[in-house]
Amino acid sequence: MSLKSSVSPNYARRKAVDLIMRGLVLIATGLAIVPLVLIIGYVMIIGGSALNWEFFTDIYQPPMTVSMPNTGPIDPNDPFANLDLGALVGSEPATGQAGAGDEKGADILEAPPRGGVLHGIVGTMLITTVALLIAMPIGIMAGIFLSEFPDNSVATTVRFACDVLSGAPSIIVGVTAYILIVNAKGPDGQPLGFTGIAGSIALTFLMVPTITRTTEEVLKLVPEATREAALAMGATTWYSTFTVVVPTALSGIVTGIMLAFARGAGETAPLIMTVLGSNVLMTNLLEPMAALPLITYRYTESPFPSENTLAWGSAFVLMMLVLLVNILVRIATRNRLRMR
Amino acid sequence: MAQAQATRETFRERIAKRTQHGDGIFWGLTLSFALLVIVLVFAIVWVTWSDSQLARERFGWAFFTSGEWNPVETPVNPVSFGAMPAIVGTLVSSAIALILAAPVAIGIGIFLAELCPPVLRTPLSFMVELLAAIPSVIYGVWGVMVFAPFFTQNVAMPISQTIGQVVPWLGGDRVSSGRGLLIAGIILSIMILPTIAAITRDVLTLVPNSQREVLLALGATKWEVIWLAVVPYARAGIIGAVMLGLGRALGETMAATMLVGNRPQVPETLFEPATTAASLVASELVNAQTLIHESALVLIALALFAITLLLNLSARLLIWYMNRGPVGRTRA
Repeated sequence: MSLKSSVSPNYARRKAVDLIMRGLVLIATGLAIVPLVLIIGYVMIIGGSALNWEFFTDIYQPPMTVSMPNTGPIDPNDPFANLDLGALVGSEPATGQAGAGDEKGADILEAPPRGGVLHGIVGTMLITTVALLIAMPIGIMAGIFLSEFPDNSVATTVRFACDVLSGAPSIIVGVTAYILIVNAKGPDGQPLGFTGIAGSIALTFLMVPTITRTTEEVLKLVPEATREAALAMGATTWYSTFTVVVPTALSGIVTGIMLAFARGAGETAPLIMTVLGSNVLMTNLLEPMAALPLITYRYTESPFPSENTLAWGSAFVLMMLVLLVNILVRIATRNRLRMR
Repeated sequence: MAQAQATRETFRERIAKRTQHGDGIFWGLTLSFALLVIVLVFAIVWVTWSDSQLARERFGWAFFTSGEWNPVETPVNPVSFGAMPAIVGTLVSSAIALILAAPVAIGIGIFLAELCPPVLRTPLSFMVELLAAIPSVIYGVWGVMVFAPFFTQNVAMPISQTIGQVVPWLGGDRVSSGRGLLIAGIILSIMILPTIAAITRDVLTLVPNSQREVLLALGATKWEVIWLAVVPYARAGIIGAVMLGLGRALGETMAATMLVGNRPQVPETLFEPATTAASLVASELVNAQTLIHESALVLIALALFAITLLLNLSARLLIWYMNRGPVGRTRA
């Protein structure tokens, strides 16, 4: 009892402050979850409902009502063949409702979703995979250098360079690739123009730091005793690195590569300046290509609901890709190398 | 026996001969790839520096204080390039994002590190990390299709018709476009929230337990422990986290491009279409017709790169400083 009375007189106030502040922190967490759940929920529901067989197997189709006659075969060599909405306007009288102009406009706006994003999926996969193929040797070898020869001025500079690259806004990388490749004069004196490979090179800038730093971190987790055991068996440093150290840390390196892939697949800003986008299926990396983030970006602003649907659908595919990779990485790292 | 010894010797010698250059080659090979990483940075610096030379020579420092951005010659307006609209837009939208996100994100960090029940800690932390990985274009889609109509109808219009009549920067007659610095700032705040929260949580978990135990032993409440012992100790790291968030907001391109309206003028109100540095570059570089237009855009990109670089470096320095030892000043 005497203890109770010796408790400081402002105990009630302190307790109240404690409760209020803890409540505020809890509210902050709740507050943050709301928009995040909303974003994921909207993309899941609207984007998910956009998915059907056609969405994955067809390329872009301009929005028009079914009764509209085909405006003719689209030239597969012209990436902008059906980017031109003038074709739509030209074919308006054929809607069968050649009455008031408003009705015609409404007709197109109510057109059911058509076409799919096969071109975008193929484009994203090609561009990102090529970028990964360029970034992997650079990132892994640089990571090996950082972990096996950690204490020299070059290593410090490389770590610094990785920080610079991973902190740089992706638009800067886009600008660099645009000037270096898209705007560069080719052998015929003409600018090289927008190409898929330019996008891959831009993404390489963003993937290299991720792969380098993950490889370094993972290789550092390999116990020193493992290296010493290999050296004691008579192996040279390079032999022990490639046959003992790297295989031990392989799952971690793969983790870094997957994360880099997920990051690259979602990048949009560099692609605007290098790949440009296309509405037809292109597999030639020396031509402008389509990509999922570009489809999302361009068709979000479109006035046609059927194109908006494509935007939501590709946003859904992108988000699933990113979430899936991250969850897979989480599961893989939880059981093997405890990275944290 | 002697024979066997001899062959073993030669075998070992053969191995040694075959691998004696291996380590040198290995070192050289990994070194050259490591140098390639540095080359990538130099490529960015060199390209942006040399391509912005034209604009730097033509405009000098006045580029950053001039308010006119008019790349196409019209009878009314002469061609002029000034970065002021981009600078104002970038600073205002990032400031809005930071004001909205920083307190909430630090709250989340505190909750995850100190108050969260252990069962929830891992899934919630993982969720925060996942959100930082979602591509920015997805935030943009949601912002344009869902949030902008809602915001214009229920927030922007009422505010501009009431408070906006008195406070000039909350009014304006372009509110209905649904694009502007405020909405861009709000979406940016959602995007930088996970970044700040995750790093805050990381630095708070680095605070040694003795720090908490001392205050608990003195009879402090849970909040007093957090506020007087944990947060001051991690102050440098938390400031670093906020700076990293600011860096992300400044350089964020897609969500800003989709929501800010891309009108290169200094806006008079927060609800008016404006532009940011990143969105100006993203929307105009590809279509730039003249060399000076392109050069001016590259100069903006260079300035953006320099600023985010400085921010990131000082943030990392702060977090590194925090990791090295106690910096907190205990207050009574």
